[in-house]
Amino acid sequence: MMLTGSEIFAEVLVEQGVTTMFGYPGGAVLNLYDALYRYQDKITHIMTAHEQGAAHAADGYARATGKTGVVLATSGPGATNLVTGIATAYMDSVPMVAFTGNVGTSLIGKDSFQEVYIAGITMPITKHNFVVRHVSELADTMREAFRIAQAGRKGPVLVDIPKDVTSDKWEFTPAQPVPETTVTSFDQEKAALAAQWLNHAQRPLVFLGGGVRSSKGCHALKAIIRKANIPATHTLMAAGVLGYEEPLNLGLLGMHGSYTTNKAMDEADVVLAVGTRFSDRVALNTAKFAKKARIIQIDIDPSEVNKNVEVDLSLIGDAAIILEAILPHIQPAAHEEWLRDIQAWKSIDYHPVNHNDRLMPHQVIGEICAQAGPDAVYVTDVGQHQMWAAQYLRHVKSRGFITSGGLGTMGFGYGAALGAQAALGRDATVVMLTGDGSFHMNLNEACTAVSYDLPVITVIFNNQVLGMVRQWQTAFYGKRYSSTDPHRKTDYVQLAKGFGLKGYHCENLGQFQEAFAQALKEHKPAWIECVIDKDEKVLPMIPAGGTVEDLMMS
Amino acid sequence: MAQERKTIGLMLKNNPGALSRISGLFCRRNFNIDSITSSATTDPAVTRVTITIHDDEAVLRQVMLQTARLEDVIEVFLLDPENSLQRELLLVKLAANVSNRSALREIAAIYKAKIIDLTPESMVFELTGRPSKIDAFLAMLEGYTILEMCRTGITAMERGPVRVHNRKPVETLKPEPELCEN
Repeated sequence: MMLTGSEIFAEVLVEQGVTTMFGYPGGAVLNLYDALYRYQDKITHIMTAHEQGAAHAADGYARATGKTGVVLATSGPGATNLVTGIATAYMDSVPMVAFTGNVGTSLIGKDSFQEVYIAGITMPITKHNFVVRHVSELADTMREAFRIAQAGRKGPVLVDIPKDVTSDKWEFTPAQPVPETTVTSFDQEKAALAAQWLNHAQRPLVFLGGGVRSSKGCHALKAIIRKANIPATHTLMAAGVLGYEEPLNLGLLGMHGSYTTNKAMDEADVVLAVGTRFSDRVALNTAKFAKKARIIQIDIDPSEVNKNVEVDLSLIGDAAIILEAILPHIQPAAHEEWLRDIQAWKSIDYHPVNHNDRLMPHQVIGEICAQAGPDAVYVTDVGQHQMWAAQYLRHVKSRGFITSGGLGTMGFGYGAALGAQAALGRDATVVMLTGDGSFHMNLNEACTAVSYDLPVITVIFNNQVLGMVRQWQTAFYGKRYSSTDPHRKTDYVQLAKGFGLKGYHCENLGQFQEAFAQALKEHKPAWIECVIDKDEKVLPMIPAGGTVEDLMMS
Repeated sequence: MAQERKTIGLMLKNNPGALSRISGLFCRRNFNIDSITSSATTDPAVTRVTITIHDDEAVLRQVMLQTARLEDVIEVFLLDPENSLQRELLLVKLAANVSNRSALREIAAIYKAKIIDLTPESMVFELTGRPSKIDAFLAMLEGYTILEMCRTGITAMERGPVRVHNRKPVETLKPEPELCEN
């Protein structure tokens, strides 16, 4: 079957199971968009306001489903606008394939109009990338891109397609997508040894990261902790993997984790770390991290072993497979004394105080959970609101919390929320929590929510300042609020109206309860502005490089 | 910690930009390399790269593991200095005239360096050998005026028959685990 490159492009997308993609047209991708026009019944294309929003949407789509997110942009600025979104996905190991158009092969290297070497630009932020130099390579290169994105440690792949490749014709041979592959081998003896260490531990602790979700290892992990009563703590990326209702789940670890989790890590004698890279937001002081413990690390990526923290035993492979192998070796245990210690730390831990006269972030989040119910999916931007969301949302779904962890991308939220909503369908409840700082970066995507009727409810924690930076300036920079207090006069209700969606303004909990209930009922894109105090802090906090000894509760 | 020179061998898919992925990775991860050389192999689809670094064991391990993550990298291996052949090529142009030419020839003869160009005011030597031999030869030239110099960097291979090194783990079909959505 002789097809143009653009038809091959559409055929391979269909073959790879792509039903929804995100993007923005332009000169170099005109042929591709012309083909997509004819494949509208098979592939829904969502056009965002900005390519960055499209990249975050593909990312949000992937995080909400586990499927590979797909984004398409034109050459030059279209391609460079994807960069932040690709880097965000790379840092959090999210499977994504980004397609970019480029100028025709005869124009490459001549500084042609809208020409940029996007393969070079994205080399350090992709698992791999390709430039398709001939139409004969197009189909297999795309298939390889989808395979790489999902294989082993997941991540983004970019495919750059010059314009002549999209119009040239070649014989197309249909193929079946390769099912998900992973490293199925691991060291059996080490797995037995890991279980033995855990069995002999007095104060064992499980420490889980986003890799547990990626490997679908939650079931085996839960079975292990329940079998031997081992408490667990998680990174930001693993929020929701264990669920709020799990009594052994101690919650978030690290800079804004609780006293209890950080103290438990400090006191543990054996730590089982699964699918986590010991980032500097968790292992704030690598020399003193879990200093009394023997650390067992399970990861699919051998380069993560001993990268940040030296471990005592490492198991390389797929977490689900290794945990399943460890499980039968685990002996039931009660760990009464250890759990009693932890209970005692909980009682002296930080607990936020309710207020009736002003909006408190934890109360707003509590209200959101109460109303939105267990099936809702939460998406955040980056900053204080993100940490409050991590701390106070009652996470119950493995894929129910979507946030930019590694890169910490302000402006991630709106695109990601739209991507999640597009993935889960119009009936799903998707709530985006953002701050006034992050929201101003990409609020333009409101037009996308309206155009495609994606009923994301956006809750804006408006403290008028860049709260997280301000918090550091308060604590460490003598209250010199350099460029964090911009005195913006944005009227969110009016602005929402201008975009064609509904806006609410709330100054107390009663108003918020009403506004959120109304937004849920209407099930249309909406913004709810919550006025909070500019000196509200994320607590507790351990300063960079510190330990639980340095934890601040006020 | 010991910071001896370490030599790493890489087998690389001969794709456009493959070498720039390697050098880009070293730059991004803040790994300092002494030299990098690349050459064709018997397989036109495969390029062989030799890298030398001066750093401790932890950095060496990261260099090898991070390099192995690249899709274009087929295998990564450490070359044991005792059991490998490591060679470098030097070209050095010296200011030379009637008065010092014979002294230079004498040094060259000891090191078995070849004179490959000669003019009334200059000489060019070619020397191949282990890096330590090149270093020693250059040390002997210290009292003279070096006009230009280039060293290729180390290229290396193991002694004895061909060995297959620690290839990356093979990825196979993932069994469907029990559902974990809460």
